Amino acid sequence: MSEQPVRVGLFVTCLVDLFRPTVGFAAAKLLEAAGCTVEVPRLQTCCGQPAYNSGDKEDAKAIARQVIAAFEGFDYLVAPSGSCAGQIRLHYPEMLADEPAWFQRAQQLAMRSYELVSFLVDVRGMSEVEARYEGAATYHDSCSGLRELGVKSQPRWLLRSVAGLSLKEMPGAEICCGFGGTFCIKYPEISDKMVREKTAEIAATGADTLLAGDMGCLLNMAGKLQRQGSPVRVRHVAEVLADMTGDVAPIGASAEKR
Amino acid sequence: MLATSRAFKANVHEALVDETLQKALGIVKRGFQVKRAEVVAKLPEFEALRETGRAIKNHTLAHLDFYLERFEAKVKERGGHVHWCRTPAEAREAVLQICRRLGAKTVTKGKSMIGEEIEINDYLEANGIAPVETDLGEYIIQLRKEPPSHIIAPAVHLVKEQVAETFRASHKELDPKRSLEDARQMCDEARAVLRQKFLAADVGITGANFLIAETGSSVIVTNEGNGDLTQTLTKAHIVLASLEKVVPTLEDTATILRLLARSATGQEFSAYTTFSTGPRRSEDTDGPGEYHVVLLDNGRSAMLGTEFQDMLRCIRCSACLNHCPVYSAVGGHAYGWVYPGPMGSVLTPSLLGVEEAGNLPNASTFCGRCESVCPMKIPLPKMMRHWREREYEKKLSPAAYRTGLSLWAFFARRPALYHALSGMAARVLGWAGKRHGRFRALPLAGGWTRVRDMPAPEGRSFQSLWAERQRRKR
Repeated sequence: MSEQPVRVGLFVTCLVDLFRPTVGFAAAKLLEAAGCTVEVPRLQTCCGQPAYNSGDKEDAKAIARQVIAAFEGFDYLVAPSGSCAGQIRLHYPEMLADEPAWFQRAQQLAMRSYELVSFLVDVRGMSEVEARYEGAATYHDSCSGLRELGVKSQPRWLLRSVAGLSLKEMPGAEICCGFGGTFCIKYPEISDKMVREKTAEIAATGADTLLAGDMGCLLNMAGKLQRQGSPVRVRHVAEVLADMTGDVAPIGASAEKR
Repeated sequence: MLATSRAFKANVHEALVDETLQKALGIVKRGFQVKRAEVVAKLPEFEALRETGRAIKNHTLAHLDFYLERFEAKVKERGGHVHWCRTPAEAREAVLQICRRLGAKTVTKGKSMIGEEIEINDYLEANGIAPVETDLGEYIIQLRKEPPSHIIAPAVHLVKEQVAETFRASHKELDPKRSLEDARQMCDEARAVLRQKFLAADVGITGANFLIAETGSSVIVTNEGNGDLTQTLTKAHIVLASLEKVVPTLEDTATILRLLARSATGQEFSAYTTFSTGPRRSEDTDGPGEYHVVLLDNGRSAMLGTEFQDMLRCIRCSACLNHCPVYSAVGGHAYGWVYPGPMGSVLTPSLLGVEEAGNLPNASTFCGRCESVCPMKIPLPKMMRHWREREYEKKLSPAAYRTGLSLWAFFARRPALYHALSGMAARVLGWAGKRHGRFRALPLAGGWTRVRDMPAPEGRSFQSLWAERQRRKR
């Protein structure tokens, strides 16, 4: 790891901002442990996927330009989400391809944008964390992180250094959970079928904890597990890696019963 | 077939409550996936082959007119005929004219998705000619008067008990007390019945996996050999093919064949790969008396030069269907037309219009598995998104959805306002959900909470907490 601290702009993601601020703090803690200084630009809201994936190009582009401008001064943009990082890395240049000046700025940001855990391992060379978690966890590979950014081994690599944690793999870990952004409310019946298959797989591993790197998928799976009365605890992988599971109840669990 | 893609949501509901269908889908669920993964792992150059395959098709599409004319010239040289058809109606008419001229009473058919697209069976029947499907799956669904639910496994939506029932109801000349317990018995029965049909047929119709410009040949791959009997025993062999099936050379065909069966059924090669070039020559011992290629456009040439051109690389292997979690949840019939799954979600709006088929490109989580297994590296999610863009531009998406989206975008484009609002929402929802940690119902979120709980926010937005932390630090 280099001595010079690198400046990271944290792309919080709209779901972490609203639902799970602890994930943002966990990301900041991990980034600092990896020798980065962390700042959070106020001029960010969302990466724009709801607009982009609904065919609303104009709003998607406006939001992309806003993010590009907000993160231009940093060495890196890091997001605790493969989906948002993939949007910035792959789709911003694509959607701004016919605006030469913005395209170049989009590309420069894209090259410096990473999903949190792959950034820690691949860019910062992190090989272990100081954390403890008592439990048997199964890890769901969120689609964009996996297929757009190649996030697969990095979270497992760091999780193996968490004291007390064992990993129980699902055979279908790479199959979509049925969230899909607005898909889950546009086609609730299909989404429901997909998430039911996922929760059945989770149950079959015998794990007591479900981890993943994207809030969207986590909210979906946690919501279904709880509707089904499952005792499985659901957390963003950053909470475990940053040893912050004592700070907040699992996703969707009551703080009072903790 | 009458398109019901507009009724996609209703189709989906029916499919999800159909226990037999769900059982059938459950049986095949991971079979294709596992087989493909195993056979791909054994071929180190598979990824390089995908690149080569893509390049071959891109080159061909860039010079499509040249290769099609070259193909036609070669077919003629070998004594065959090419019928250029802009529409399904023209293609049906071309087939009917050949059948009439030869006085055909029955026509055997190998599997052809173009046959489905132009609804050739209904048309022949209406004109007094009996079409007989000879691919086992196609034969079963023809007896049941159903459309295929998968592009290479047309009867995949059925369980074997349903097939046995169908055979009992259809093969009335056989002993009603015979055993039809296992697949082998049903296979044997179909084989015996179909053998007579092959011998009696006047004309044989097949599809084509490739048209080779270099030689004027058409190629079919099958696992049953039914295509060979269909095309060699009759007075005429009619090939139904859409124009993007053309490839420049035999060598190119061999390259793409190495991708096709591996991607489709997880085989290294199909049991039968048959090259047909022209009609029977005087020295040949068998072969058709005439050789016709009915070349269908049906909107494909209009896709050239658009953001949907890449779709024309598709070789109909079905890897995208086999790996699609949406297809696997609802099966093929729910898509409401000939082509289901991700390839159908891109192609159907191209052929029928986004007004009819707009649901299909929307019904995807963009999980990207289809693109990751596509042997032709077709960017399927990207093209589905392009359809959503067209739909949005034409204001075809539901008004409430568009209003919600605009409202959200209004705030997302104004960070200060957005943070104030999200800070407030986090507090309100966090407070309301504090006791249980989640909501069983939430106003305006019925789509979510009908099937799952909504986890409650922690109670403060990250931005507000971070700002506090920064102030404390200073």
